[in-house]
Amino acid sequence: MDKQESAALLQRLLQGEFPDDHGRFGSFGGCFAPETLISVLKALEAGVRRHLHDAGFAAELGRELRDWVGRPTPLTPAPRLGRNWGAEVYLKREDLAHTGAHKINNALGQALLAKRLGARRVIAETGAGQHGVATAAACARVGMPCTVYMGAVDVQRQAPNVERMYQLGARVVAVESGDRTLRAAIDEAFRDWVSDPEEAYYLLGSAVGPHPYPWLVRELQAVIGREARAQFLEMTGGLPDIAVACVGGGSNAIGLFHPFIGDAGVALMGVEAGGRGTGLGEHSATLGHGRPGVLHGSYSFLLQDADGQVQETHSISAGLDYPGVGPEHALLHSIGRVSYVGASDEEALAALQECCAAEGILPALESSHALAGARRWARDNPGKRILIGLSGRGDKDMPTLSQRLPARQAGASHAG
Amino acid sequence: MPGDPMPASLLPHQRLGAAIRRGAQARGIALLPFLTAGYPQAAGFIPLLRRLAPVVDVIEVGVPFSDPMADGLTIQRASRAAIASGVSLRWILDELRQAGELPAPVVLMSYLNPLLAYGYERLAADARAAHVGGFIIPDLPLEEGAELSSRLEAEGLGLIHLVTPATPEPRMRQLCAASRGFVYAVTVRGTTGGAGTAMPDGVTAYLDRIRAASSLPVCAGFGLRAPAQVQALRGHVDGAIVGSALVEELEAERDPVAFLEALRGQQVTS
Repeated sequence: MDKQESAALLQRLLQGEFPDDHGRFGSFGGCFAPETLISVLKALEAGVRRHLHDAGFAAELGRELRDWVGRPTPLTPAPRLGRNWGAEVYLKREDLAHTGAHKINNALGQALLAKRLGARRVIAETGAGQHGVATAAACARVGMPCTVYMGAVDVQRQAPNVERMYQLGARVVAVESGDRTLRAAIDEAFRDWVSDPEEAYYLLGSAVGPHPYPWLVRELQAVIGREARAQFLEMTGGLPDIAVACVGGGSNAIGLFHPFIGDAGVALMGVEAGGRGTGLGEHSATLGHGRPGVLHGSYSFLLQDADGQVQETHSISAGLDYPGVGPEHALLHSIGRVSYVGASDEEALAALQECCAAEGILPALESSHALAGARRWARDNPGKRILIGLSGRGDKDMPTLSQRLPARQAGASHAG
Repeated sequence: MPGDPMPASLLPHQRLGAAIRRGAQARGIALLPFLTAGYPQAAGFIPLLRRLAPVVDVIEVGVPFSDPMADGLTIQRASRAAIASGVSLRWILDELRQAGELPAPVVLMSYLNPLLAYGYERLAADARAAHVGGFIIPDLPLEEGAELSSRLEAEGLGLIHLVTPATPEPRMRQLCAASRGFVYAVTVRGTTGGAGTAMPDGVTAYLDRIRAASSLPVCAGFGLRAPAQVQALRGHVDGAIVGSALVEELEAERDPVAFLEALRGQQVTS
């Protein structure tokens, strides 16, 4: 894409023209859903338009975000990480939101919306389990039954979150079809919805899927960036040089980035899962290695082979283990407003350990990719102010961590 | 009778409609089997089509896709197996082109992404050369289909739209008007291959409404597996599409021709 075209698209994005009437962000997005779902998707779009910016809904959502979720989440200076990196580092603490990740912002907003739209039950998919836990909690809060689809592989590696969903009253279905991770869980959730489009509300967890989901999820997650921008201004008197977030489907990243897109002086960087290599199936870096295509209802970048078959992915973090990416990220990538890089499994693990040791914060493996990307950027750009979206806490990753990191000696006492 | 030569003046999508009408006239209802291309064996693909063609009216060939979100377990399994054995759209079109025109015209069912990967520029011409009459694309709704639809029509091929019980009346009329070849009436909510053998209540009234709105033949599908279901559709639609149940016969290594003949029932002699 040439410079002029990119600038024009950026201008239209800033003027709030995307998604357009066809659900498009530039050429990306749209609504590629089976006919059975078209009527409910149109009804959902009308519902979003009617309620989302309605004063009554906004007041109810704002109250629940404050009193139940615990917003605003803090902006935490990270001076020891900063010293290590030769930078000024600030963490936007979504790990401190109720249920431990940014996912709750979207789950709560959509659960309230589902209620207003008259749905009788909620369906959700989950990868790392954070969206499943958030949805289970939000459904309990608004009083709605909830079924969560989760790939059988993820059920294994995120066992603590499965227990939490049960305790919160959700029915959890382990998906054995397809690749048995997030993508298969989405396929299965769609199938359930296709069977029951009028009674069920599909509470999609990331900024992906057919219109209006990428828009709805962005609107509900933009609270992250709005708060962070105001907090950063208040704390430092200025804006960050760069804002960094991890990108799987991309909901926490779009939420953090969106309020900064018009700030020309703020660089934006999305960090994808580089996994264990650059070959197909070794990573989940969709924007880094993918090509445009249609999966799960929208036209965006996609990890696929020459015949258009979607490829299996790998990441140490279940929440980033997805072959697609939200269509708004595809636009931001193609116009160059956000740079997208990868961080490997090993880099993420190292960043996680460093954050624990330096700041006393155990970040989720997903968020650790953002830390790893930021650390690398800091090395090439010394002395800058870096805002990092710490999208969630790492408690859920303990099974993976105890497997992958050298065991601490049981009962060993700290020297000194 | 299936097998009679079609008038050469018909466009590929018109041949689909003509074959369905001819089957409906001969036997009360036309029969349209669906099978996943290259399943159970890639080498047996064209021989299987040749065996089925004399007893059916139109053959729906499924292009396997990694994420078939409108399909149930049976077709998911068949798609995965076909992909694993190297079946792709390019391979399917090559095989069909080399096979020449079959006694029953062929329509391709594909999710959108394999078509995008193939490239819209060559798709319509290559499909025409492969004697394909049209495409059924479950994740390409009317609103997103304009470009592909005009490219297909330039080659005389058609986009067959699906109507579902959740489709409101005005939209149903739009879909019927935009469809080419025939209109695909989904009989149940949900994915393909439902286990029940009874028709849900109200289905015949729903089908009658579509037929009244459509100048094209209407074919019903999703969840058809028993002869009684097919018989019950007579008089309400022009054709019956049988997919998962047929794929299950192939999976179990039973004779698909005998299965289809049983479904088709008695010849109506006029």
